[in-house]
Amino acid sequence: MERSTVIAGFGGQGILFAGKVLAEAAMLEGREVLWIPSYGPEMRGGTASCTVIIADKTIGSPVVDRADHAVALNPPSMAKYGPIVAKGGLLVVNTTLIEAQAGRDDIEVLEVPCTAVAQRAGDDKLVSVVALGALIGRRRLVEPETVHRALAIVLGDRHADMVEMDAAAFDAGFAASLEPVAAPPRA
Amino acid sequence: MTVGEPLVEQEGRTVYRRPQLLSNPTSYCPGCGHGIVHRLVAEVLEELGVGGKTILVGSVGCSVFAYDFLALDSVESPHGRAPAVATGVKRVRPDRVVFTYQGDGDLAAIGTAEIVHAAARGERITVIFVNNGIYGMTGGQMAPTTLAGQQTTSSPRGRDVATQGYPLPVTEMLSLLPGVQYAARGSVADPALVGKTRAAIRRAFEVQLEDRGFSIVEVLSTCPVGWGLTPVEAMERLRTTVMDAYPVGTFVDRARGIAPSLPTPGAPHRSVTEGF
Amino acid sequence: MTALDRRADSRDGSVAPARSDAGARRVDRVLMKGNEAIAEAAIAVGCDAYFGYPITPQAELLEWMARRMPEEGRVFVQAESELAAINMALGASAAGARVLVSSSSPGISLMAEAMSYMAGSRLPVVLVNVMRGGPGLGSIGAAQGDYLQATKGHGHGDYHVPVLAPSSIAEAIDLVRDAFILAERYRTPVMILADGILGQAMEPVAPAFRTLERQRPDWALEGAEGRPPRVLKSLHLRPEDLEEQDLALQRVYDEIRRSEQRWAGERLDDPDIVLVAYGSAARVARTAVERLREDGVGAGLFRPITLWPFPSEPLRHVARGARAVLAVEMSAGQLVEDVRLAIEGALPVSLHGRMGGMVPSPDGVVEAARRALSTGGEDGR
Repeated sequence: MERSTVIAGFGGQGILFAGKVLAEAAMLEGREVLWIPSYGPEMRGGTASCTVIIADKTIGSPVVDRADHAVALNPPSMAKYGPIVAKGGLLVVNTTLIEAQAGRDDIEVLEVPCTAVAQRAGDDKLVSVVALGALIGRRRLVEPETVHRALAIVLGDRHADMVEMDAAAFDAGFAASLEPVAAPPRA
Repeated sequence: MTVGEPLVEQEGRTVYRRPQLLSNPTSYCPGCGHGIVHRLVAEVLEELGVGGKTILVGSVGCSVFAYDFLALDSVESPHGRAPAVATGVKRVRPDRVVFTYQGDGDLAAIGTAEIVHAAARGERITVIFVNNGIYGMTGGQMAPTTLAGQQTTSSPRGRDVATQGYPLPVTEMLSLLPGVQYAARGSVADPALVGKTRAAIRRAFEVQLEDRGFSIVEVLSTCPVGWGLTPVEAMERLRTTVMDAYPVGTFVDRARGIAPSLPTPGAPHRSVTEGF
Repeated sequence: MTALDRRADSRDGSVAPARSDAGARRVDRVLMKGNEAIAEAAIAVGCDAYFGYPITPQAELLEWMARRMPEEGRVFVQAESELAAINMALGASAAGARVLVSSSSPGISLMAEAMSYMAGSRLPVVLVNVMRGGPGLGSIGAAQGDYLQATKGHGHGDYHVPVLAPSSIAEAIDLVRDAFILAERYRTPVMILADGILGQAMEPVAPAFRTLERQRPDWALEGAEGRPPRVLKSLHLRPEDLEEQDLALQRVYDEIRRSEQRWAGERLDDPDIVLVAYGSAARVARTAVERLREDGVGAGLFRPITLWPFPSEPLRHVARGARAVLAVEMSAGQLVEDVRLAIEGALPVSLHGRMGGMVPSPDGVVEAARRALSTGGEDGR
C-alpha cells in the first residue's frame, strides 16, 4: 500500500508543518514515509505545498502525478491539485476561502470550513492542522492518537505550550469530517 | 656554497650565514627582489625557531617556486586563493605557523576577495605581499598596483587612469579592518630598508605566534626585466618613483597602539557621525 | 569489511537493501532532511572541517554545520564565496584534515578550478552538489543537468572524480561515509551528486550514523621538523615530469574503474526494456517499472550508484536479452551518453528527459518506455 497526500495553500497556513506531523505520525507507526516541501522564494508569501507519501515498502517516485489525497486550503491550490486527485481519491476543500467547485464526480470531495474551524479553535494559523484532522477522519492513514504524539514531537520543547491547542484543532477537523452535511458535493 | 656554511669570516665573527631554510639557490632574474624577501623570511623563521612547524602557502606568479627555495612544508594554491588556502590550513592546525607568499597580481587583482575576507575574519595567518607593480611571470603586463602613467606590455601608452583606474593601495585598505593586527610596508631598495623590512616580517610572525590576528607585510620590490631597466636602474626607480607613490611604514600594530584613526565598522567615529 | 567492500561483493544487482527499505516496523528512527542527514553523516565519520556558502537548495547543510561543528569542537567557516570555500578545503585537506564542502550547481561551477588543483595535488575532499536547474542561475528546482560536468570534466586537465549518486536519504548517509573512504583510499576529491529533492525531502533514518577510523596520512603538511619538507602541488613545468604525474594519476583511475563500480538493479529478470536512471529520477523510474509490470510489460531498472566510474559492463550484461534501453533523467540527454557508450549500439537507446526543475512523472516514463518498445528507440524527449 502506498498513499500520497498533497497539502497546499498560502505560505503561513502551516502547510509544511501539517505535512511534517503526518510524516512523523506515519514514521511512528513504522511506515515508510517521504516528505517533500515546495521550497525557495515561492514560499515567502506565495503558495506553499508539501507532499507526503506513506507506504509499507520502499517508496518510489517522489513526484506525485496521481495524488490519493489532496488538501486545498486556497483557490490556486484547488485549481492546481484538484485535477490530479486519482480516481476514487479524496479532495479536502477549505470552504472558508474556496467557493469554486471541484468539478469531479469520480472522487470524494470533503468540504470543511477549515479556516473558520481553526478560528474557533483559537488561531486561524491552525487551518492546516484542522484540514489534517478532516483528512484523517475520512482516510485513516494514521491513528488520531499517533497524530497527537507526532504533534508533540514536531512542536518540540520550544513550542510545547502549543501542543494542546494544535491537538484540539486536529480533533475539531476530525469531527467536522464526520458531520454528514459535509459529505455530498454541491451540484 | 654549502648550506649553513659561513660566507665570510673575519677574526671569528660571522658576518653572514646563509639560513638553513634557504634550500636551493633561487632562479629569479638578476635584480629581482624575491631572493631578498625569501632570505628575510628564512632568517626570521630561524630566529624565531619555528621553521620546523611552519607551512608555506604558495601562490601563482614568479614566486610560484618559493617552495623550491625555502625548505618548508608547502602547498600550492590556485591564483589568488592563497589566503583562503591558508585559512583552511590554519583552522585545522592552529598550532602551526602559516603564511602566504603572494605577488601583487595574485593578491591585489584576482585574489582581492580572498585577501580582504581573510583579513576581515582576522585569520591567524601572516601574508608576505611582494609588490613590484607588474605581472612578471607572464611578460610584464599591467597590475592593479602599476603606477599611473607606467608603461607595461598591456598599457603600452602608460596606465591611463581614466580607463585603467588607479593603483590599489591594498595594505592601507586592509589597515581599516579590526581583524588586522599588524600591517606594514617595507622595501628592498637599500640595506637600511631591507633591515627594517626584516624587522617588520619578524613582527608579523610574532603577532601570529601571539595568536592576535591577521598580519601582513607588503614589500616593495623590483622587476628589472618587466620594467625594462637594468638592476641598478630598477633599484633607483624603486627608491624614488615607487616609494613616492607607496610610502613605507607601519600602518597597524594594535598591540603597540598603532592603528589608523579612520572609523572602523561597528565603532562609529565622531567626525563621521557629527553633521550628518 | 567496509561498506564499499560489501557493495563490491554484490555487483550482480542483488545489492543489499538500503536502510530505507521497508519491512519490519522500526520505531527508533527520526525524520531528517537530506541536507541535514548528509551533514550529520559527515560529522559521524569524523569530518574535521566544513566550508560553505549559502545557496538554495543546499542551505540547510551549511546551517546544520554552522550549529553542529562548533558543538563538536570542529571547524566551520562560512566563506566569502564558493571559490574561497573550496580553497579553504584545499588547505585543510593539505594539512591532513577530513573535509566536507557543499554547494549547488552555480557554486559548483565556481569550484571547478580548485577541484582540478586538488586532483593534481592528490588531495582528498568530499564535495556535495545538490543540483538545481540550469544553465546560468537557472531555477532552484531539482535537476540533474550537472551530470556531464561531474563525470566528464569539472575543471581543466586530465582528471576524474569519483561521483556517487544517492537516491534516498538513507543511501546518502551511507554514501557520505563511502565518499570519505574513497577520497582517502585514492587521495582524490570525491563528489556526491544529489538534487534538490534529495536535499529538501525528509525520510526516516536510523539516527546512529556509522563512524570511520582514520590514520594520520603520511603526506600531510605539519611542518618539516626532523624530515625533508613535503610539497603538495600540481605544477610540473617540464612536460616529461608532468606526463609522468599524469600517467600515475591515470593508473589510479584505472584502479578505481576496476574496483569501485557500483550499481543497483530491480526487476532485471529477463526484461524487455531496461530503464537507466540515478538519484531522484531513479525513484520515478522505479514507480514506472512497477506500473509497467502491472500492465504486463517486462520492465527493469538499472541504477548506477557510481556515475564515474560508470558501470558499463554490468549494464551491458543486464541488458543483453532486452529489446530497448531507456535513459530517464532530469537533464537534456547527459546520462544517456554513458548509456549509449555502454550499450555500444547493441540495442536501441532512447531518452526521456525533463529539465529546468521539472521532474519526469511516472506516467510520462511509462509512456516513453512504451514508445521505446514500439518504435525501437526513436528518440522521444
